[in-house]
Parts: sequence; C-alpha cells; structure tokens
Amino acid sequence: MTEFDAAAAAVQAALDAGARYADARVMHRRYESMTARNGDVEELTQDESIGLGVRALVGASWGFHAVPDLSDAAARDAGRRATRTAMASARVPGPPVDLVAVEAVAASWASGCQIDPLGVPLSDKGDLLVGATRTMAEHGADLAEGLYQIWDTAKWFVSSEGHRIDQRIRECGGGISATSIGDGETQRRSWPSYRGQYGTTGWELVESLDLAAHAAQIAEESRALLTAPPCPAGETDLILGGEQLALQIHESVGHAIELDRILGWEAAFAGTSWLDLAQLGSLRYGSELMNITIDPTIPGALGSFGFDDEGSPAVKRDAVRDGRWVGVLAGRDSAAMAGLDYGGSVRADGWARLPMVRMTNVGLEPGPHTLEEIIAATDDGVLMDLNRSWSIDDKRLNFQFGCEVGWEIKKGRRGRMLRNPTYTGIGPLFWRSMDMLSGETVPWGTPNCGKGQPGQIGHTGHPAAPARFRNVRVGVSA
Amino acid sequence: MSELELAGQVIELVRRLGGPAAQAETVVTRADLALTRFANSAIHQNVAESTVGVRLRVHVDGRTAAGSGSVVTTEGLRALVERTLAAARLCPPDPGWPGLAPPTPAPAAPPVDEATAFAEPDQRADRVGAFVAAAGGLTTAGYCRTAHRSSAFANSAGHTAYGRSAEAAMDGIARRDGADGVARRCVDRLSDLDGAELGAHAAAKAQAAADPVELPPGRYEVVFEPAAVADLLQNLSWFGFNGKRYAERQSFAEPGAAQFDRQVTLVDDPLGASGLPFDAEGTGRRAVTLVEAGITRAVAHDRRTAAEAGAESTGHAIAGGATWGPMARNLRLSPAVAGPASAVGRSTTGAAAGAVVDTDTAALVAGVRRGLLVTDLWYTRVLDPKSLVVTGLTRNGVWLIEDGTVVRAVRDLRFTESYPRALGPGAVLGLGSRAVRQPDRVDGAWWAAPSVRLASWHFTGGASG
Repeated sequence: MTEFDAAAAAVQAALDAGARYADARVMHRRYESMTARNGDVEELTQDESIGLGVRALVGASWGFHAVPDLSDAAARDAGRRATRTAMASARVPGPPVDLVAVEAVAASWASGCQIDPLGVPLSDKGDLLVGATRTMAEHGADLAEGLYQIWDTAKWFVSSEGHRIDQRIRECGGGISATSIGDGETQRRSWPSYRGQYGTTGWELVESLDLAAHAAQIAEESRALLTAPPCPAGETDLILGGEQLALQIHESVGHAIELDRILGWEAAFAGTSWLDLAQLGSLRYGSELMNITIDPTIPGALGSFGFDDEGSPAVKRDAVRDGRWVGVLAGRDSAAMAGLDYGGSVRADGWARLPMVRMTNVGLEPGPHTLEEIIAATDDGVLMDLNRSWSIDDKRLNFQFGCEVGWEIKKGRRGRMLRNPTYTGIGPLFWRSMDMLSGETVPWGTPNCGKGQPGQIGHTGHPAAPARFRNVRVGVSA
Repeated sequence: MSELELAGQVIELVRRLGGPAAQAETVVTRADLALTRFANSAIHQNVAESTVGVRLRVHVDGRTAAGSGSVVTTEGLRALVERTLAAARLCPPDPGWPGLAPPTPAPAAPPVDEATAFAEPDQRADRVGAFVAAAGGLTTAGYCRTAHRSSAFANSAGHTAYGRSAEAAMDGIARRDGADGVARRCVDRLSDLDGAELGAHAAAKAQAAADPVELPPGRYEVVFEPAAVADLLQNLSWFGFNGKRYAERQSFAEPGAAQFDRQVTLVDDPLGASGLPFDAEGTGRRAVTLVEAGITRAVAHDRRTAAEAGAESTGHAIAGGATWGPMARNLRLSPAVAGPASAVGRSTTGAAAGAVVDTDTAALVAGVRRGLLVTDLWYTRVLDPKSLVVTGLTRNGVWLIEDGTVVRAVRDLRFTESYPRALGPGAVLGLGSRAVRQPDRVDGAWWAAPSVRLASWHFTGGASG
C-alpha cells in the first residue's frame, strides 16, 4: 500500500460516509536539531513522524481526523471519523461553504538541495557548533549558544477532485548567540539572527553563514552592550536592519493580510485584522516604496513550495503595490467566502494538523538605496538591528519591538552603540513613514510562526532589506 | 500492545543493540486530542487526532542523543533505537549527563474521567452551541477541547511508571462592535464545563466593554482578573523559576530572598488536577512551593540542572529540556484565606455593568480609588529575561475604576513592566479568595489564580501609539 493509496482510501471512506468533498495528506517528516552551549553539545534530537490527516466537508461543515497508521483499515476509519466530526460541526452551522476552483493535477515537486543536510556527518555539524560557541566563550560571552535545525518532509496529497501531488521539501538553517550577564540585566548579540537563518535549501545555507567567522565579534559586542548608553527615549528617524524589518513585515503585514483573520475565523485567539475587505485595492497601507509580494516560488526561501496543502500551485501575487493594499493570503474556502478567485496559501504543520491560511514568502521588493546611503542621508536617528522581542495587538496595529543593538546616527555617520533599543508604533502610520529602502535584500526565514488551535508552527520567508522610517517613537522602557 | 509493554520493548532493544552499558530512558504516549473551534458563532474547524509517540534518550560511551518516532511496529521501534544509538556515538562527549532516575514508585494521580477521555464530537459541539446561544445574539468565537493521554516510562536502570490524564477546556469570546468579553476554564471533567454559563459570562463582559475611551499611558493601580494573572504565572515560570536559566544567571530568582509581596505564595501542583504522575525522566511529580509568603523558596529542576546545582530533581523534566530547561507548568497563586471584604452591588455602574462578574473581583475593585480593571493580557514578550521586563497588551476588556466603582470601558493599552517588580514587597494590595484554573495552549499545563490588586502597572502606550 503506497502513501497515495492510503490517502485515497481515506478520501473515499469520507465520501462514502457522506462527505461532499474530502482531501487527505500523508506526511513523513524527519527532523534533526543540535544545540551547543559554551563549547559543549547540549542536545541532539532526531525525530521521525509518519501519519495521515483527512479533511471532510459535509454541507457547510468541516471535520478533520488524523492517525499515525497508513494501513487501509486505519485510513478508512480516519476518513469516516472526519465525516462524522463534520456532521457534529453541523450542530452549530455556519454559512454555505464553497471552494474556489483549482485544476486537479497529478504532479511532483522538490525543493532545491545541493548538500543533503541529514547526510552531513553529525561530528562535522557538532564540531561547527562546538567551535563557534567555544570561540564566543573565549571572547567574553557568559552564555555562548549555537544551534541548527533540519526538516526533511515528504508529503502525498489526494483530493476527491482528483489531485495526486507529492512533494519533498528540505529545510535547514542555524545560528549562534552570545549573551553577557550584568547586574540585573542581560545583553545578547546573534549571528545572523537569534536562533538562526533558515531556507528551503541544503546544508549549503549553513555553510554560507560562516558562523565561526562571526563568533568573536558578537561575543565582544554583547559584553560591550552592558556598558553602552541606553537608547534615548523620544521620536527620531529609525533605520532598521533587514532582519528586523523581516519580522516587522511578518507581524504587521503578513498576519494582517491573512484572509481567515480578516473574516474573523481567528478572532478568539490569534486575532482579527485592521484591514477591511471593502478597501482591498484602494487602501493606502504604506509609502510608495512599499511593494510587498506573496511569493512561494522564490528558490531557497523558507516559505517556498510547489503546491500548498490544498493542491493549489505556487503563484506569485502582489499584496501591496506602490503602497496600496491589493492582495491577501487565502485558502479555497476563505477566498470563496470573500468573493476572491484565488487561494494558494494554506498549509498544515504535519499530518496531525488541519491545513489553514499561512504566510508563504511575504516580503519587500528591493528599493533603490543602500544601507550606507541611508545612513549618510540621516542627520539624527537610530539604527536598530536583530530582533530581541516582538509584540503586536490582536488587530495587527499597535506594535513594539526590541532589538539586540542600536547605533546612534549623527550627521550621516554611525556612532555609539546603544543598549536596549526599542521602538513602537501603529502599522499603517509606520509603513507610510518609510522614505528610504535598500536593495540589499535577503530572504529571511522565520521557522517559528505560531497560529491556530491546536497550535501549529509555520515556516515563513520574508525578503527584506534595510529601510528608514521617519519620526518613530523609540526608547520605551519599564 | 500496552504503552508499558512498548516502553519495555524499546529498553530491551537498546540493551540488545547498544550493549549492557548503554543507558536509556523512554516515554511512550498514546493520545486522543480533540478540539471543536467556532467563529462567527458557527463551528468552522473541528479536529481530532489519535496518535502514538515514542521518545527515547540514550547515553552511550559518555555521549547523549535523543529521538522520537510515531511508528510502533517492531521495525519502527528498532529503527528508532538504531538511529538514536548511531547519533549518540557520533556526538561529542556529554560531561553533564546526570544519570538515570532510580526505581521509585510513582505517586498516585487523580482518577481519569473516562467520559472526558473519550468524549464524542457531539458533546463538544453541544457545549459550543450552548455558549453561542447564551451570548444573546452577540458574535462568538472560541473552542471546546478534550484531551486524554496514556503514558508509560521505562529506563535501563529498572524504573518503570505508568499514568493517564484527561482534561477539558473551553475558551470563548463574545463580541459587540469590536469590543470583546472572554470566559475561559480548564477542568478535569467535560461535564463540569457549562457552555451556557461561560457564554453568558463572555457576553456580559462584551456588553460592558462597548464604547471604550482612550486613556493616556502612565502608571495605574490595577485589578487583574485570573486570565491576566495566568500570564504573569507563565512568564515567571518559564523565565524565573527555570533551573537552567537560574544556573545560567539569567533568572531573577534568589532562593531565600523576599522577592515578592508577603501575600504571594506560588505552588506548582501537577497532581492537584488530572495529570501524569512522572516527568520526562521518570521522576515522580509532586507539589513544589516556589514562593512562600513572598520568599523565593525553589526553582524547578530536572536531573541535569539539579546535578549542576547540587540539588534533587523536582520532577520538571520536559522533552527538549536540555535546551529549554525544566518547566513548572501547573502553577497556582494561592488565594487569600478569607478573601477581600465583599462589595457586591457597588462595583459597577451604568454602561459598564457586567464588567465585574464575580464577588472576588468586585471586592478588590471596591478598594481602588483610581485604577484599571484588566481582564486579559496578550502577546507578552520578554525584553530582558533577568529583570523579566515584559511588553504586551491588554485584551478582552479594560475598565476605568474610580472611587471603588467601574465607571467605563477603556481602549486596550500597551504595557512595559517588570513582572517580579510589580509583584514585589508591598506591591500586592489584595487577592481574591478563589483560584480559577485557566487552560494553557497545550493540554496538561494550566495556571490557577484569583483576581489580584496591584499598586502599580506601567502602561507605556495607548491604542493609537
């Protein structure tokens, strides 16, 4: 019995039990992570998980059931249970459910991979983290940490409309962090970001990060931060590094344009959105430099795939064009409910989770400047980089971010390092204040996007480059 | 095959494939988890999973590795053991390996409610239906979930343990013109969840939250309801009472020091409700007093952090604990013995009637000359772990209190505050007399607290920035 056979059996059983539509995903995921601390390996974990999840639609109501067993009997039982759960949903029914049309295809897709990350000897991977953390400890870090993570996921999708799609997606990445501990506070510096950079690539991504080469510098900076002056409080021009801007995009654009949030489907937990569908196509989201795309086709970016978990092919779309809001992240049912004609952004965190609207790669198109040009053009401001804390309200408007490090900018030059830099604002006002954007774009990967109940962890990508924002409130403290 | 038999098979495989010197511990868990989710007053997501998982940690030749798998056939278990042993042999040495838990009887755990463990989707749907109906036409959203775990532990030192747990939880909001009210509860028995009661509670709060005004940021006296206090407990646990962060000097905790107000007693009580009687290393779980009358008494330990600190494990090992550290996940803030003086009937007025839904909170509100009543906190993130300065927002209802009376709804506010400082000596002005158990995002973890009155909370921004 193949994985396709198991998925097909589950779908057929759901239909036989009364569903009008059903789909099923078999997933086989291998995961490996290693952490190191102060020159020793701290933890090595290798997980493997195989199972099947089936989704059934009865009338206007959905049901989902997942099992770790790919036998014909277990698959059919899961299909029947999904339908029975959908019938229970009908006790508290909602509006009619339609699905936007997607061509039913038989297809295969795989992400690019030069060096199989699970094939790299553990001893080599351990040596990398042990060496980098030892260097950080030798250069003053009280706590020197490193990690890598690898996911190797194969999945098989079958729908009652005729889809048969298999995909293999390999993801990996890593990073290092140095923490220095002072009286009553800690200071941290990381490379290339806290808990690392990730992509749908092979081990070549981790090699390109050159962790060892940056270990000494970040350790020394973390210690220097303990005695650096605090970021002053007030309004100023703010320059964000690309990694921080990636998270700014994630939180204040990516989540805000999720159609399930806009429709109220996440109201009790993740929240809703300040965006109103009636303004799609006309709302000014940001300045004219703001061009945000939804693009799961970017080779190597963490949110890339061939097909989403409803069988919709990866397609690049605009979310914000010349500062105007023009697109959303959608699934087949949410798009139909909103009167749109595209889905394509639905994914599930493993076989035991329901597919739901998730970010793919949501990022900024490159701007015309460089970071050095932005600094040179700034008379008085602060440059902040690498995220340390993030918080945003349930409508995705009011945010506050903390960064690992700030630098004073005076008369076009980078000056003193500043500790505990924070900034706060309101999403659209902030984006409308962006007046310079670099073209030094990096597709930053975020492997820890939480959403849904039960909780799901999503992997998303965010192309971003340094940018400048005017008159931003900085230096918020307790 | 039972979970205990599977666990025994894994240990036997390690012995056969890794040799008699190989140390190993394994946890086998079967779980039935189901969650019925509603939005716009209709069930829109309804999921269930029947899963099995095997977690294995081995220590061979001074090296340690861990792995997990979902295939429990003989071949699947053998593959898990082989790859975990192979991984360990390729790892650098692990000088901090604390050894295995010795054979000790597992403590008795509360009985499992079978009706909750194997609840049907109709039973969850009916509670959702009752919540929706009781909201009186307001738009509602939330979930009703049931969870059952059957789990066995075995290690190569001859220790075995078995336990089960079951819980049910409901968490829902009612909405009126963008203002939300919430009701949230975690219980051992699904039959103790009253959807109608919770729906009416949420609706009353939502009605009272309508037409909010914006207040300027600044320091305000506050009354936090149990949902808001739960966030304090969770952050104190993860970042403060975490034995790994304590060893790394990243925690504020100083055992023996009077770090909190005298009214603060915090107990981690994993068997105070349905729960597994052992942790990920097989150590028996028990009640641990972390703070007693304001004095920090302990931090949570697993075997590794305990060995570093020269202490005993407190039964707080989790999977991945070498990285994240041991966690207290069943924390209770002890309520006041007598509770605040009753003030029923004088705590709300006009449009804000319904903001206060219990006598505990009413009595605390009655003592406030000017301050804020806060229902819930949202998206809290740590700016600095050692001082535990946290930023976040209010959610699901904030009201202005003047002269002991809730006078009107307020728009959500952002705060930036040190949690230990806000609960420090002299800072707690009152506690309610009843701790309400709040569900965590995952089953098995919960946070129980009464309403709390605090002298000062630093709101650093309003809804408009």
